[in-house]
This record gives sequence, structure tokens and C-alpha cells, in this order.
Amino acid sequence: MMLTLALNSIKDRAGSVALSVLAMAVSIFVLLGVEHIRQQVKASFSSTVSGVDMIVGARTGATNLLLYSVFRVGTPTNNISWDAYQYIIDSPDIRWSIPLSLGDSHCGYRVLGTTDDYFRYFKYGQDLALRFETGRAFGQANEVVLGFEVAKKLGYQLGDSIILAHGVVSTHFSQHDDYPFTVVGILLPTGTPVDQTVHISLEGIEAIHRGWKNGVKIPSRISQEQEASEQPAQPPQSITAFLVGLESRMSTFRVQRAINNYRYEPLMAILPGVALTDLWQTMRVFENALRLVSTLVFLAASLGLTALLLASIRERKQEMYLLRAIGASPARLLALVQLESIVITVISCTVALLGLEVALLVSQDYLLSRFGLAINVNILTQQTGILLALLLITTALLSMIPSLKGYFQAKRFSG
Amino acid sequence: MVISLNNVTFRYADQEHVNVLDIRSWSVEAGEQVFLKGPSGSGKSTLLNILAGLLPPSGGEVTVLGERLDQLSRARRDRFRANHIGYVFQQFNLIPYLSALDNINLARYFSADSQKKLPSVASEERLNALGIAQRLWHKPARELSVGQQQRVAIARAMVNEPKLLIADEPTSSLDQQNRDRFLQLLLEQASQHNMTVVFVSHDASLSQRFSRQEILSEFNRAGAGR
Repeated sequence: MMLTLALNSIKDRAGSVALSVLAMAVSIFVLLGVEHIRQQVKASFSSTVSGVDMIVGARTGATNLLLYSVFRVGTPTNNISWDAYQYIIDSPDIRWSIPLSLGDSHCGYRVLGTTDDYFRYFKYGQDLALRFETGRAFGQANEVVLGFEVAKKLGYQLGDSIILAHGVVSTHFSQHDDYPFTVVGILLPTGTPVDQTVHISLEGIEAIHRGWKNGVKIPSRISQEQEASEQPAQPPQSITAFLVGLESRMSTFRVQRAINNYRYEPLMAILPGVALTDLWQTMRVFENALRLVSTLVFLAASLGLTALLLASIRERKQEMYLLRAIGASPARLLALVQLESIVITVISCTVALLGLEVALLVSQDYLLSRFGLAINVNILTQQTGILLALLLITTALLSMIPSLKGYFQAKRFSG
Repeated sequence: MVISLNNVTFRYADQEHVNVLDIRSWSVEAGEQVFLKGPSGSGKSTLLNILAGLLPPSGGEVTVLGERLDQLSRARRDRFRANHIGYVFQQFNLIPYLSALDNINLARYFSADSQKKLPSVASEERLNALGIAQRLWHKPARELSVGQQQRVAIARAMVNEPKLLIADEPTSSLDQQNRDRFLQLLLEQASQHNMTVVFVSHDASLSQRFSRQEILSEFNRAGAGR
């Protein structure tokens, strides 16, 4: 009955209540959204690499190297020569290595040139190896293995022929249309950037860039395309970065120092765990700023609700008197105002949750393809629950102001 | 004896030296239908609020239905009022955004006794008895005509089968025809259920329908002094 009363009272003031709900919902939306995405980013990033002891690339920022080598975000600044790569992996400390060559794309998906060691050694999540949905690893230079997402979104199947584009923007300006690839394998989903990657062999990378110079197709060479594709596969001149697995973790710092001091080229070796921690440090500032702003917005919205309720107590003086006359105790009136504020908050939370869910569903694909972020759309985690409970307590406390006013107004009633 | 007042005085907290009420002795027997007349400002509403237990008297003994209201705590008075007293006001008798039926259910809800005592159809029986068409039951109270609203108010006041019905100028916003119908229904229902009625109005033309007529200034010594 109290709930009927509260609900009808809210319905009666739907206009002003709707604005309060909107203000609150927006702030809750931002709060929950920031929190959810933060957790998802962390979970997603942490599960992207597993078992990789070191990432080596041209000298740049540690975060930058981590981002472009593993997360396919950003652009590499410089390459490593094939000779330097060979020299370093010759070391007895190194058990395995995966060369990575980036810079091309297919319909917005990044192309990764590598060797079949990639399918052997690359691990993600809890030490999980890559597995094929269908097909096999590439053997020839003109064979391609697609990530799950790429194949699904673009509708490719084994045997399909695809053309790669130069650069990572999805314009059709400079296509490697002289060298088509054949799909020979499709990977199972991993929830990591691997799903959005087009994998070809280093020989394939070399082949499509034959006849190119500084990123531009040289016209005079186009006539030789026939000849070019028939030439035997050659090892590449350079690669973008490589992942390293060590024989023993004990040698980590020794190997890292050796690479950083490599004399003939400016190289850099980073430890994925350390680089990730650095990344979180950088992100924390933004996170905190966002969280602070949304908390303030929420407080403002709660105060708005308090003001609304306070005004409503004043204009409902007669109603309160009537309730007293038919037997409602002042405590009941306090409960009624509290109930109204809780109902309004619950509505706001629901609106925010629905909005967030819709926003996540809509942006899921974009986040995945643009940032390689696999976002879990299930927002009803324990964390969210705790946050919502905190919000409810806050509004309940704040609306004690109007509730108590109603209580005392009812108590010292003088007909 | 339903009401018995003994040396009752009332002063507002901010006007400590002015008595609004000063009644040496006044009583109402069970089943009486009392018409209480008095100009506005003579303390009628204050008296009714004291009888209903909304206001405690500043001094004296207030006995209603055998309970010493002046000695009860505020919470006990609230419960007493919800269970034993029906109240009809001049206006704003109903929560405007609740339906007629919900308004009556609300009164039942606040009275702990009625939930055990009365079947849930009681609210609907009341509405029927007071001639409220069924199609109006679920309409928000504010969409009803004033006459309909006042009749729902009677239903609301009577749903807990109170022993005492207090009406504070309930007809002043009604036209002639509605006033007569309202009064007839009220008194009919009251005698059917053996309720004692205290009815306040300044409209003397209504007084002959009641079994007893009283003028407040005749027994309120505070009013006489003005």
C-alpha cells in the first residue's frame, strides 16, 4: 500500500521526476560505464599475452611498443633489420621467438606478417594456444589465416581470395591488388586482438611489397607483377618487432640489457607485465578524473532530487495532513518520502543499466575492431552491484533531509 | 458516553496567554448526531483536532470512547484515530492522485484492526452504499466531481467502522442538491452503523436534520471573552 502510494505520487509528478531521473541516470551511466570499461580493458589486456617473456622492437616508448606489437593499436615508429633479429635470437638464452611485421590492412583489419612459430608459441588468456576452426597454418607466401572476427564479419570461407591494402587506413587508395591471397585457415575466437588480425607469412609481406618503395607503388614495376609473383619467396628485409620466450626467466634482465645495448641498431626490449603496469599507471589519471567527474555529477543529481522532494513536501502539506488524519504516523510519512526517493533512484539505476547495456551492445563491434577490446556486455557483476548499493545508500542519506522535514512538519502539526 | 471533556484548555505554542479553547464540561452520548455551529475562528477546528487526537490539549481531560486522549502518547493517539475515528474535511479529503478505491484502502491500511476484522471487499461495499458508480472506482480522485469526492470521503471515513464520525464543514463546497444528498447519506450510514456524529458547520439550515444542536460559543468560555 505504501508502495502504491509512493508510485502514484511519483506518477503524479512525472514531469519533474523524469528530469531528476534523467540527470541521475546519466551520472550513473557514466559511473558504471567507466567502471565497467576499466575492468574490461584490464581483463582484456591482461589476457592478450601469456607466456611471452619479452617484446623487442625499435627504440620507442615501452607503452607504444606494447600497444602496437600486441594490441595492434597505434603505429610502429621504425623497423628492425632481419639481420639484427637473426643475431639476437641466436642467443642460447632464447627458446623461441615470433617475428611480427605490421603495416598493411584488409578492410580495416590489421595484417600481421609472421612465421608458423606464431601458431606454435603464441599464448593468450590462461596459457591457451591458438586453435583453428577450419583449415591450417599458411605454407605458401600467398596463403592467409584469418582471425575469427575477420572471417565472420567479412563472411570469408576457406578458398576465398582476398586483396590486402597498404597502410592501416581502410581506403582503397593503394591496394596490393597485384598479389591476391587465398584463405587457408580460420582461427577459433580468442577474445583478443588475434580475432581481428589477418595473418600472412613474412614471405607474403615481402611479396606484396616487391615493386614498392617508401610506401608507394612504382609504376614502372607494375608490368613486372606477373614475374614478381612467380619469383621464389625471399626472406624479408626487416620486421616490426618480435616476441621472445626465454629458456629461463633467470636470464630476463641479462637478455634485456644485451638487447638494449645492441650496438648496430637502436633496439628496445620490454617485459609485457611491467609495460602493462606502466600503462595502467598512465590510464589511472584519466580513470580517476572520469570517476571524480561522474561522482560529482551523481552528487549534483542527488541534490537535485533532494530539492525536488523538499519542494514536494511543501506543496503536499495538505496531503500530509490528510494522511496524518487517517492514521499515518509521522514515521510513516518519513518512510513514504524515503520510499519515493528510493523508487526514483531505482528507476534511474534501471534506466542507466539499460542505457549502458544498449550502448555496449552498439559499440561492442566498434571497440573490438578499433581498439581490439573484447567487452563483456554482461554488466551485472558484483562490482556493479556494490556500486549501485553505494548509490542507493547515498540518495537514501541525502533524502533524509526532506524526509525529516516531512517528519517534523507532521509531528508539530497544529491544525 | 462517547465524548467527555473536562476543563479542557488549548493554547498555541506561539501565543501562550491566549486560550483558543476553554471548556469546563461537554459530553456526547453514544448514537447522538450533534450539529455544532460556530463562526469561523471560534475554535471549531481546534476542538475537532483535539477530539481526533491530532492535537493534545494544553490542559484538562479529554475522554473519547473511554480513552483518556490527553494521557496517550502521540503514537498511541495515531493508532487510536486510525482505528476508531472517521474524519471528513471541508475539502482535500482524498489523495488526488490515488483512485477512489485506493483512497479507501489506504485508510484500511493505516488501521491495523481493520485488516484482521474486515474482508477486503469492505472498500467496495462502502462505495456501493454511497452510490459511487463502479466505473469511477479506479479513476484518480481529482477527476471526480466535488460531490462524488465528498461521498467517497464518507466511504473513506467509515470503512474502518469507527464509533465516532467527525465532519468539519464537509458541505460548504457543495451545491444545494449535492449538500442534501451528502447529508442524507452521511446520517443514514451513521445510524445504520451506530456511529456517533459530530458535524461542524456554519450553515444553520442543516441543523434540523440532527438530533442535537450545539453552539460552540455557548460552552467555550475562551470564545465568549472576545
